[in-house]
Amino acid sequence: MDGQSFLMLVYIFVLAIFVGFELITKVPPTLHTPLMSGSNAISGITIVGALLSAGLEEFTISTILGLVAVIFAMINVVGGYLVTDRMLKMFKKK
Amino acid sequence: MELVIQLTYLVASVFFIYGLKMLGSPKTARKGNMYSALGMLMAIIVTLFDKHIINYEWIIIGLIAGSAIGSTFALRVKMTGMPQMVGLLNGLGGGASVLVALSEYYKIVPEIPVTTGTTIIISILIGSVTFTGSLIAFGKLQGIVTGKVVKYPLQHPINALLLLVVIAIGVYIVINPGNADILLSVVGVALVLGVLLVLPIGGADMPVAISLLNSYSGLAAASTGFVLQNNMLIIAGALVGAAGIILTLIMCRAMNRSLMNVVLGGWASAGAEGPAAESAGPKGDVKSVDAEELAMILDSVSSVIIVPGYGMAVAQAQHAVRELANTLEKKGVKVRYAIHPVAGRMPGHMNVLLAEAQVPYDELIALEDINDDFPNTDVVIVIGANDVVNPAARNDKSSPIYGMPILNADYAKTVVINKRSLNVGYAGIDNELFFYPNTLMYFGDAKDAMSKLNSELKEL
Repeated sequence: MDGQSFLMLVYIFVLAIFVGFELITKVPPTLHTPLMSGSNAISGITIVGALLSAGLEEFTISTILGLVAVIFAMINVVGGYLVTDRMLKMFKKK
Repeated sequence: MELVIQLTYLVASVFFIYGLKMLGSPKTARKGNMYSALGMLMAIIVTLFDKHIINYEWIIIGLIAGSAIGSTFALRVKMTGMPQMVGLLNGLGGGASVLVALSEYYKIVPEIPVTTGTTIIISILIGSVTFTGSLIAFGKLQGIVTGKVVKYPLQHPINALLLLVVIAIGVYIVINPGNADILLSVVGVALVLGVLLVLPIGGADMPVAISLLNSYSGLAAASTGFVLQNNMLIIAGALVGAAGIILTLIMCRAMNRSLMNVVLGGWASAGAEGPAAESAGPKGDVKSVDAEELAMILDSVSSVIIVPGYGMAVAQAQHAVRELANTLEKKGVKVRYAIHPVAGRMPGHMNVLLAEAQVPYDELIALEDINDDFPNTDVVIVIGANDVVNPAARNDKSSPIYGMPILNADYAKTVVINKRSLNVGYAGIDNELFFYPNTLMYFGDAKDAMSKLNSELKEL
């Protein structure tokens, strides 16, 4: 990766942080726990990198690391979304 | 195909952003979470078509194992155990980032450009600290690791030194990427650093620690995005990073602490002197009531605010409280709940615990929205809460909680406090509210006390 493309990634990172701040400040305190578990599930997006490592042609140390990463990230994704849904289901209006 | 993949990643990013936007209201939140999950599903499926993926056997094993474990956790965990659950998930996200960064290193070694090498090191550092830090936080919340503030000599110099070691070895590896053993030493040092950073943080500060680690897990995902040059990972990670930081700052403000103060573990030194010095003797008489008298009082009022604390959840009294509220509402009393930001063990925790007991969310009112209503309220019932209604936070400059925003329960016409005894709260300080002329103490276990009160009230 050259300096130019690295800089583009930094651009995207900084802009996304601002989007995040704008969105999250609007979430009411009532929903802070589901917000945390739900955003936690989003951080399981590392699964994409894990899949690319676990599916290599040759079986190497990268594949093993990838496999464990797939398991970790998938627990994060599935556990995070399910538990968030479980909580949000309980929030009812009078 | 490459273009389709990239476009799908873009769509997934939009789904994450839109999902978080819908979390802004309880009405749309559930749908928002589903949009977010849908984005994740699209990202996973389309990645499977990437030309670099040749073998699917390990992937399938990993996906099935991870889904099975994740769904078991999610369906079994109790709502009181939510902080541990989130802590554990934070850790696994961080762990995945480390593993992906390492895997990427082994894939491309020894030809590693400086930028890629740097991002790999950063990813390993953030991911490792998140991983072990979260495991320690999980252990503290679960009671496996001591919840006390752990102090060890030269705490800050040691941590600073470890960070410097990581940076120094990191720079060396970026310049000479060939030696894998040295890279593993970075992982080791960073893992130790995670343990040492969270170990000193006391149990009462866990809401802050969990929020901060949540932010780290997002940054770890973003750093993986830098390693793989994947925009979607960077966007998703940045969103989570921002969310964690905001929640961390909200928690700090609610506890009247600076972030540095929490991270460095300073609470104990302030709180520890409190109880010994101040609880030497009672400051006056307390008035106590029994269920029957209290029912008579409540029978003739028009507005009640309930202040729940974590003690209520520990006593599993949520359902009893809600039944009492139902009885009051049937008698025409306006009932609302005043929720302090640190009422639970993580941000918003108390709301979830009450929602589980079928309390409607429009009766759960945040501190800043309800504090002006206390003077016009007939009765405030404080259940299992202490420090969050302690007037010392307003009046007593020498109190360790001075300056902390509190619920103005003492401004109400009558304050009823349900507690098992006159013991001090989490912060370890006396509460003068117990001795106020408009305060009535209603002693007993929260669950028994509330059901007894409810049945007395029904008979009237």
